[in-house]
Amino acid sequence: MSVVRQRVFRNAYRDSVELMRIAAEIERLPGVIRAGLVMCTPANLAIVAEAGLDRGLDPAAGPNDMVVALAANDDAAAETAFERAATLMRGAAAEAAGDGHRFVPTTIAEAVTELPGLNLALISTPGTYAAAEALKALKRGMHVFLFSDNVPVEDEIELKQLGVRKGLLVMGPDCGTAILDGVPLGFANAVRRGGVGLVGASGTGLQQVTCLLDAFGAGVSQAIGVGGRDLHEEVGGLMMLAGLERLVADAETDVVVLISKPPAPSVAAKVLAAASAASKPVVVNFLGGDADAIRASGVHPATTFEDAAQTAAALSLGAPPPQLNDDASDPAAWAAGLAPGQDRIAGLYSGGSLASEAKVVLKGLLGADAAAQQEIVDLGDDEYTVGRPHPMIDPRLRMEKIEEAGGDPRVAVILLDIVLGYASHPDPAGALIPAIRAADAAARAEGRGLAIVASVCGTPNDPQGFDGQRSILADAGVHLAASNARAAHLAGLVAQRAAMREVPA
Amino acid sequence: MLPNGVQALNIGLAGFADPIASAGAAVLNLDWRPPANADAELGMLIARLEDDPDDAIGGVVAAANRSALDRLLGASPFLVDVQPAGTAIAGLTGRMLLHSGPPIAWERMCGPMRGAAIGASLFEGWASTPEEAEDLAESGEIAFDACHHHGAVGPMAGVVSPSMPVVVVENTAAGNRAFATLNEGLGKVLRFGAYDESVLERLRWFRDAFGPTLSATLAATGPIDLKSITAQALQMGDEGHNRNVAATSLFVRSIAPTLVRTATEPDAAAALDFLRANDHFFLNLSMAACKATLDAAHGVPGSTVVTAMSRNGVDFGVRLSGTGDDWYTAPVGVPDGLYFPGYGPEDANPDLGDSAITETCGIGGFAMAAAPAIVRFVGGTAADALNYTREMYRITLERNPAFALPPLGFAGSPTGIDARRVVESGVQPVINTGIAHKLPGVGQIGAGIARAPLSCFADALRGLAAKLKVAA
Repeated sequence: MSVVRQRVFRNAYRDSVELMRIAAEIERLPGVIRAGLVMCTPANLAIVAEAGLDRGLDPAAGPNDMVVALAANDDAAAETAFERAATLMRGAAAEAAGDGHRFVPTTIAEAVTELPGLNLALISTPGTYAAAEALKALKRGMHVFLFSDNVPVEDEIELKQLGVRKGLLVMGPDCGTAILDGVPLGFANAVRRGGVGLVGASGTGLQQVTCLLDAFGAGVSQAIGVGGRDLHEEVGGLMMLAGLERLVADAETDVVVLISKPPAPSVAAKVLAAASAASKPVVVNFLGGDADAIRASGVHPATTFEDAAQTAAALSLGAPPPQLNDDASDPAAWAAGLAPGQDRIAGLYSGGSLASEAKVVLKGLLGADAAAQQEIVDLGDDEYTVGRPHPMIDPRLRMEKIEEAGGDPRVAVILLDIVLGYASHPDPAGALIPAIRAADAAARAEGRGLAIVASVCGTPNDPQGFDGQRSILADAGVHLAASNARAAHLAGLVAQRAAMREVPA
Repeated sequence: MLPNGVQALNIGLAGFADPIASAGAAVLNLDWRPPANADAELGMLIARLEDDPDDAIGGVVAAANRSALDRLLGASPFLVDVQPAGTAIAGLTGRMLLHSGPPIAWERMCGPMRGAAIGASLFEGWASTPEEAEDLAESGEIAFDACHHHGAVGPMAGVVSPSMPVVVVENTAAGNRAFATLNEGLGKVLRFGAYDESVLERLRWFRDAFGPTLSATLAATGPIDLKSITAQALQMGDEGHNRNVAATSLFVRSIAPTLVRTATEPDAAAALDFLRANDHFFLNLSMAACKATLDAAHGVPGSTVVTAMSRNGVDFGVRLSGTGDDWYTAPVGVPDGLYFPGYGPEDANPDLGDSAITETCGIGGFAMAAAPAIVRFVGGTAADALNYTREMYRITLERNPAFALPPLGFAGSPTGIDARRVVESGVQPVINTGIAHKLPGVGQIGAGIARAPLSCFADALRGLAAKLKVAA
């Protein structure tokens, strides 16, 4: 027998990510079968109902109220869980409220009174409310870093047009990373400061390029994220153009890098025109886009993020950068243990742009066969993040997928990205090891080999430690590449070998 | 790239602040919650009304609020005279009564207001029995209008009839005048709906002796600076609404020597005896001073500053400087408070009176820090008193330098309620109040603390947005 119980905390707003973290901890308590912590919005209550946790819920609970909803073995276990939830909530509230009588602002208007020099707002509220916060911040003269997603494109256009009029950056919505004057925003890495300034419509793309610049011995002046829709037709690349203009004017920047998925043709034309007119060298990576058009406009094309980093590093340092080193062993040998029928790549990504890059690299290598031989999944995509944190924070979904791939007789290679940096999981490599070992054991038990290829996107100064994360993976038998493009390429080589072997003699 | 380095405001995930701080940049975490009680559309409306000098809407609102605040803070209310209401107040003629709160017809009036209207009709001689008075009102023979429409304010029922003496307060900065009846003290009083002979006898004494005595005294003293008295009283444990003992004493001290020289001995003795026994005498002066101050700030197109909060025992009403004569109303609740022995919440009338003009002006509940004794009405501590005032800073635009609050390091009282901030934060203005019995004539049965309903402020903002043609 089990019981379903709820406790409502009135007027106790918490961010959903924090609530999910608390829910995960509550769910681990003995006697708790399932736990949900949500703000009582209609959408959230529907989720609670779907989970079968709504029986007996106080109908008066409203959007400013938080509910802990549980299925537990008995009332005693439920009571313990409620107490634990309350303690965890108090801890977070005490941190947010600061000490005793210090005034803690609750609105932007209060904040600008408290700290009149504010010039940047980081917004990571639920998307429904994000545009209003961004609008208020812009009106108060702040640049905006808009991490929130689910912001309507009409709002994005309005905000960016206002930003252009006011000479302010609107980074996002759905912007994962930026570095301004050496200050990391969102999921950024601890990179060396230097002369390369970047504008990117892709979060992990910016992270990969800034990390590789660091590896090549170059440094970053500014990294401006603009959100994935900026180069869509309707937004018109407003912020990439504004960012480019700022970098050209920025005294610290000597080389500019622009990163995006292939833009709308009209937007590409505008961006390339502005880039070719710039007084500084510009490297352009339109991932999988038309390199000839880029070259024709007189700027430097780059096909991969590594290519972009290498080209920019050479321009910034005035000399070709040193080579990066991959795993020393031979990919041909990795394919040796594969069983017949094992010829597919399972790319399980936490970074959306890194997943896109892998597809581009594999298409280049495998040609028309690529689609049949690979399944590259971006686990940070909206379809996977409903009701759970992003895989760069929460490894659980990726662990499941890795184990599934290990049990799939067609899978020859598992391809992974490990993204370090501020705000990411404190030990992303270590968290995946149990799943990696389980996948390996599952394949071995059925007489199959399995190659696991990964790259670590990070720097030695990242909080997780670059070398330590690599060692954890290497110790588990994971083959390491120096960049995501190289990892994808190595995975492709293995798959190619496996497929060739299957061709009847 | 940013001339003064990154100075960041973090809204949402608190953890994003850590790397910014580690990089040596300034970062402030907002204790964010969904604005406007999670009504995203209303939240966006507030964003569109937000200050912005470069923006057609934001520029108008910011400039209008600055102008309204300058007028509010610059007001200089002086008590200049005591005169019959029919003489002092334009438009109060014939069989007409003023009442507290937003406009209300006899049919909808609560018990205490009806009782006060009956008492005023008897006092004016329009009726000889309560039944006759009720018939008159029911048959439409008595015209009713809101005090606020005539520059007047009245506590509780707030009923003003032409023969009642009123204090005349002039804001010398703008030249406008405001009016309030004389405070009757506690016990059986007209403002709580009592109308027995003792009530009428006091009103007659006001009309025939006390009012003229005060008028003659003021003619000799010259205008009395009410803002100065309030400022001093805030240093002496008053908050200018529910606690007026210091201000009353200061006022009596300023008129007593002249009063005894200008009045006959019996009139002077009666006046001083009455004042000695009425700790609340200054309340009506405080209210008229606040009304004179806020009327000066009223009528600035585009301003979101609240210029009136008032209750008639049925509705709570709000006016903004920028929305002209419109009232935005919501049903009014029963205050949270302590009751005199033998009474409880079931006996209470919903909140009543124009006295919330004091809170609108930044004193009363907003200056609770100055008067910790008040929070005992709701079982609070001295620390709670400070927190009420601290909370009101969230919804006001200024700290009034004239009204320093000693327990908060002499910070100015929170002044200039911004309807945007009220709706955005969900912080409801706090109002110190007396609690009236719901039946006419019983009188005060307790005191406590009320909160202004949020929906009035939201409706007022929608009204302002419509005037400014703000798109939704």
